[in-house]
Formats: sequence, structure tokens, C-alpha cells
Amino acid sequence: MDRREEKYADAFREEATELLSDMEGVILSLEADPQDQELINRLFRIMHTIKGSGAMFGFQEVADFAHHLETMLDMVRAGKRPLTPELISLLLQSKDLIQVMLSSGESKPQEISEQKEAILTRLKNLDNYPTTNNSTTPSATCSINPPSPVKLDSPIKQQEREDAGDAPRPSSKQQQKALTTWRLRIRLNPKVMLSGLDPLCLLRELDSMGECVICAQTDQVPQLDDMNPEECYFYWDVIINTKAKKEELEAVFLFVEDESQISITQLADESGWEGEPKRLGEILVERGDVTKEQVQEVLAKQKKSGELMVEAGLVPQSKIDSALAEQKMIQQLRGSQQGAETIRVSTKKLDRLINLVGEMVITQAQLSQTANRYQDADLLTPVENIERLTNELRDCALNIRMFPIESTFSKFRRLVYDLSAALGKEAELITEGGETELDKTVIERIHDPLVHLIRNSLDHGLEPPEERLKAGKPACGTIRLSASQSGGEVIITIEDDGAGLNREKIRTKAIEQGLISESDNLTDSQIFNLIFLPGFSTASKVTDVSGRGVGMDVVKQEISKLRGSVNIESQPGKGTKTSIHLPLTLAIIEGLLVAVGSSHYVIPLTFVQECVELSSQEVERSHGRHIIHLRGEIIPYIRLREIFGISRGDEKMPAIEYVVVAMVEDKRIGLVTDSIIGDHQAVIKSLGKLYEHTEGISGATILGDGTIALIVDVRRLIECAYRQERESLVGVV
Amino acid sequence: MPKTIMTVDDSSSVRQMVRFTLTEEGYQVIEASNGQEALAKMGAGVDMVITDLNMPIMNGIELIREIRKRSDSCRFIPIIMLTTESQNEKKMEGKAAGATGWIVKPFRPDQLLSVVKKVLP
Repeated sequence: MDRREEKYADAFREEATELLSDMEGVILSLEADPQDQELINRLFRIMHTIKGSGAMFGFQEVADFAHHLETMLDMVRAGKRPLTPELISLLLQSKDLIQVMLSSGESKPQEISEQKEAILTRLKNLDNYPTTNNSTTPSATCSINPPSPVKLDSPIKQQEREDAGDAPRPSSKQQQKALTTWRLRIRLNPKVMLSGLDPLCLLRELDSMGECVICAQTDQVPQLDDMNPEECYFYWDVIINTKAKKEELEAVFLFVEDESQISITQLADESGWEGEPKRLGEILVERGDVTKEQVQEVLAKQKKSGELMVEAGLVPQSKIDSALAEQKMIQQLRGSQQGAETIRVSTKKLDRLINLVGEMVITQAQLSQTANRYQDADLLTPVENIERLTNELRDCALNIRMFPIESTFSKFRRLVYDLSAALGKEAELITEGGETELDKTVIERIHDPLVHLIRNSLDHGLEPPEERLKAGKPACGTIRLSASQSGGEVIITIEDDGAGLNREKIRTKAIEQGLISESDNLTDSQIFNLIFLPGFSTASKVTDVSGRGVGMDVVKQEISKLRGSVNIESQPGKGTKTSIHLPLTLAIIEGLLVAVGSSHYVIPLTFVQECVELSSQEVERSHGRHIIHLRGEIIPYIRLREIFGISRGDEKMPAIEYVVVAMVEDKRIGLVTDSIIGDHQAVIKSLGKLYEHTEGISGATILGDGTIALIVDVRRLIECAYRQERESLVGVV
Repeated sequence: MPKTIMTVDDSSSVRQMVRFTLTEEGYQVIEASNGQEALAKMGAGVDMVITDLNMPIMNGIELIREIRKRSDSCRFIPIIMLTTESQNEKKMEGKAAGATGWIVKPFRPDQLLSVVKKVLP
């Protein structure tokens, strides 16, 4: 039982004790006046509360016992049986017994259960006690059968299972189910708003379950004069492509199903798209919006069937739109499925294609530049067309290299299975977003780092089953591996519900190893991310699986090589979450082209936040420290000129420099340049072995005029800038 | 702005559980121990009501009817009733009075949250 449940249990104990002492008073007053209806009501409510709340906070035995008393009191309340002195004495005994149950818990189970049976038997023997036939007790066996272990948890727990549908919860296995397309027609009771339900909630809930097209039907909306603004005249057609089962869709309408007409029809699932896609007429006939004959009649006129049906007044345009939406979605799905047919092509050919496209992008940039110089309309039009085509070609070519990450994810299931057996732990791997696409090279290279992180989660993160049970968690741990796309990045997260990182242990270790000093005041996040430093391991014992202190730094290096980043978050007792941010592709990026002296640099657009001017006065104001003030925030900057060692020669210091404000994770930094040229499609060329380890540069690209621009590794530069700023601060002190 | 939910129950432990569960999710919670108290605290700021049915002074069904009779915006707020397993007819009575939905006792915090998210836009 976790601490919160314990707290609720305490609150209930306190409340019940109060109620019981109240109960005693009420019973004694009733003894004097057994007819007092208000007192009887109060007594009933006390039992009702003890039953209801008891079941909620883990006092099943109390709840079950109170249930019998409640039933009895309900009869008394309804005048179906008198409040005899014998019953009063039984009630008093019951009150004492509940008190004992509450305080002693499990300590005297034998005694309690004997007493309970005695009271129940005597209750049963009172004439008129409800029998199976007329009682509202869901499981009246309790009062008739001899005690058995089943009895204790019968009436209410069972109900809990039945009512699981009342509160639909996302199934953890959902992602393994196949996509299915459903058609729904939702006609709500016009009075639905008066029951406090906004129909939008239902539609939103559906929308959250999958890809969804919702068409509102307005043909039932009356004239303004006849309209009651508090009623709902709309109804909706919804086509949804989802992994949810029919029951889950029905659960959306749980609260309205009685008064509404909801039809849910399965259209198709991934496994079967047989035959031609349905025609519009067929769909409308299937829905019962028109008859087959009507369709044939209009088809005979040989115009677009949808138009005709509207013209003929058979259905309003909105119904046609809704049917067309269904047709379109099915066609798309089919298209995507047919696309799954593949041919194998050697990666060499693909790489060559990408290279050629890259060259083409460069040449096209050159061509555009030249054409702009001549300003000849006859030339400009085809050049613009080529630009558009090249962009499309580039996207297509890059897309060929994209693969869903699912294949990598599925390998990990076995890994988790094997490792958890080897480590004597129980673990379940849940994968999400397997359909997220990434460049093939990235997928191949991310495999090893992921293996490492999953091993770590299993080995260091998840506790052994006994420990987990003690901590109030299920014995079986969960590792959640998920991928999603956000802008030009793919985010992969590995999350476990284990013990979390030990902040103090990491800090101590880092100080021991001289990575940080005692006085460093680091945030949790900074401390957790120390584990990515070379040679760092806090595992007290090295296991077969992990803990040798090589690895996390390698993980980080590998990810950096892919121009990605990794970040770790952790909450003690709750678990650890590692997020990896990766660029979508390694071949072409969007960047901001800037100039320093005669050199050009490309700053990847994903990092760029804004550009501001830096005047020489401002430089003077900051007294030699490299910072700018931007809307009240202090941002350190570095001069690309200084970092890359470009001499100024005879040039004068320009009066105004330009700062590109870049942001990585939550750190901002200014990169000072001489001028900003503009957007640039950078086809990334590697710098070759010789320059592989150059700090701050991740590649090069060729500009339209044939000159070379270097691609700035913003992440490394930021690390560098923060280091410099810290060192300069130390210098000042 | 955080949404405000009123929990109406004569059992303080249930109110406490509802309060903790909802405040952790960022909702504001107002407590009332019976229908009359709930009506007194009712106002434009309340976005949703979760009420027990069996309460002294004014029970849940009456409370629901009273709220639906109001002329202000509260008239259309979602109202969720807490029922116990043997109260199917109560469920119907509550629906007829204007309840939006129900939760069957005993319930767990996650069940409560999923119902709140279902009906509170």
C-alpha cells in the first residue's frame, strides 16, 4: 500500500470512528423512540457511508459487513420490519465489532470472523430478513451459506470488475492491435445539453482515438422561429481509423447510449481490402441514406453522382461530403497498403541517388542565382519550376531512405525477455510510435545506444520484484519505448518505472572523480546528465549486463555523431526517462547562411530562434563579458570569428554585428556573425577523416556559387560557450 | 485557468480522496457535505459537480434537479453522480433528474479522472 493509500485509509478510519460514536448515540435514542424516522434515516446513512467509503479505501471486510446491516436498515426505513429491542442490541454489537475491525486490522482475524458470523446468523434468524428473492443484495449467498473465503470479497469486488467499463482506461497493449476503420452515425437526444454533456466532448474523445473525419449533419436544424437554442439539432457522421475495439468506441457514448441512436459499423481493417473501393452510391445505400434504385436513377443521367444526388434533393450536400470523406480515407489506406509492396534496392544505389539529388540541389541554387542576375522573365519561369521540382525530388529521394523504427523496436522485446530472466526481474516492454520514420542510417546506428539504455533500465532502473512489491508497485516493471516526430526531429524516449537515479550518489561519485567540485551548485538535470561523462558508473557491483562505466559516454557520442542529443530525467522511486532527439535525416538540412569575413557558415534552422543586432556600444556596456541582454534575459554569446580563428586583417571592427540566437534544450546562446545572408538548403558533405574531430563543425556544404560553407555544430558550440563563460567568471573572482 | 470542480459527499474521506486526486491534476476543488451546502456554494466559477446521492438535508437527486433549474450558466455544467452497485434504479432517477453520468463506488482515482476528462471540455 503506498503512502497515499495509507493516508486515505487513515482518513477513513477517523471518519468511521466518528460515525460509529454518532451511531451509538443514535441507537440509544432510538431505543427510547423506535419510531423516529429521522434517526432511522441517519442510522441508514451511517451504514451506507461506512460501506461505500470502506470499500473505496481497502476495508473490504468492513464494507461487506456494513452491507448486511445497510440492507437490514433499509427494510426498517421502508417500514418493512420493526426496530425490535433484539435488532437494537444486534446493531450495538455490530457497531462494536466494526470498531474492532477498524482498529485491529488483521491482528485477530479468527475472533472477528467468529463474532461476525454470530451477528450475521442472528440477523438472518430475525424474521423478515431479506432472502435471495426480494433482496437488493447482489450476492445474497452471504447470509445463507456458511462462511467461506470467497464470501469476503464477493459482492463488491466483483462489481468493480463489471464496472471497469465505466471508466475506460487506455489499454497498454493497444499499440499491438490492428488499425480498423469504423463508420459512426451519432444522433444524440436533443436534450443532451441539459444533462450537462457538451457533444464536443464526445467528438474530441473520438478524435483522440485515431485518425478521424467528422461531418456534422445540419438537415434537422429547424427555422430560427422554431429553434430552441438549448437543444442539439445536429447529428454527426464520423469515419475513424483506429486501433480501438468496438467496445472502446461504445464506451465513449456510455453516458448517452440510453437516449441516443449511435450506430457503429466496421468498414475494414488492415488485413482486408478486397475488391474495388466502394463507390459513393454504394456507401450511401449501405448507410441507408438513399436506396439502390434512387442511385441507379441518378446514375443514368451520367453526371457526377454526388452533384446529381444533391440536385435531385435526395440527400443534402453535407451527407455527400461525409460519404466522400469515407471513400477518401479508405482509398488512402488502400494506397498506403499497396505501397507496402516493396522491391529491394541496394543501399549503394540509394546513396548514389541521394548524392545526385544533392548535386542537383546545389546546381539548381547556382542556376537560380544566375537567373536572378539576368532578370529575364523567359529564363526565370523555367528556373522557378526547376526549383520546385528539385525540392520535390529531394523530398522524394530522402523519403525513400525513411523506414519505420518498428523493426528495431521489435528486436527489443526479445532482449527484454532474455535479460529480465537473466537478472531475475520481471519486466514488460511497451512500444509506442513504431510507425515513426527515420533515415535508414540513423535507425541502424541508433540500435546499439538503445540496447545500452534498455539494459541500463533493466539492470539499474527496475528493482527486483520483492523490492517493487514493498514499494507498492506491481512486481512486473514496465519499460516504455516510444518514438514520435516533432518538427524536423524524431524523439525517442525510454522510460522505466523503477527506482530512479540516486542524485546524491551521482554527485558524490562525480566529486570523487573530479568531474565537478564540491562547491558546484548543480540542478537535478545537470547532475543526472553527468552520467554521460566518460568513465562514470555508480553501480556498486558490476553485472554481466552493465555497470562497467563504459557505455553511457559511448551512447552520448554515438548520438552526437548522428547530430542528436540525449537528456535524462529521473524521479526517485518513480523511474527514469531518457529522451533522445535525432534529426530526421543526415543528408540535407535547412539552415541559416551567415558570413564571417569571407567565410560562410550554415546554422541548422532547427536551433535558430531569432536574429538581433549587436552594436559596439552594447559590447562596451558589458565590460568585456560576452553577454547580451535580450528582453530582460542574459544570453552569453561567442564570436564565430574568434572561435574559428578568422583574422580581421586590415578590416575595421564593424559598427553593428549580427547575433543569431540559438537554443539547444533549454540553453540559449548568441552566435555573432558579420552578416546574415538567409535561408539555405544545405546538402551535407562529410569533412572526411582528417577533420572528423574538429570541434564546432559537423560538416560542409557547397553554395550556389561554388564556394564552401561549413555547417556549425551548435550543440558543441554551446557547451563550449558555457565553459568559457564559467572560466571567465572564475577569472574575475 | 484551472477548472473548478465541486465534490459533494457526506463522507469526508471520499471528499478528501476526490480533492487530492483532482488537485494533483491541476483542478481546483470545492467541497460540500450535502446538497444544500453545495447549492449555497454554487456559482459561475463551478465547472463541474461530482455528487453522492445519499446525503442528509438535501440528497444528490434533489441537488441535480435544483442545478438544472437554475438560470445561470451552471445549468449546463456536467454533473457526475456517485452510486453504489445496488442502485441501478437510482442511476436512472439521477439521469432523469439531469445527471451527465455516473461513477460506481468503490472507484479508483484513475477511474475518477477518466470520467472527469470525458465530460469536462
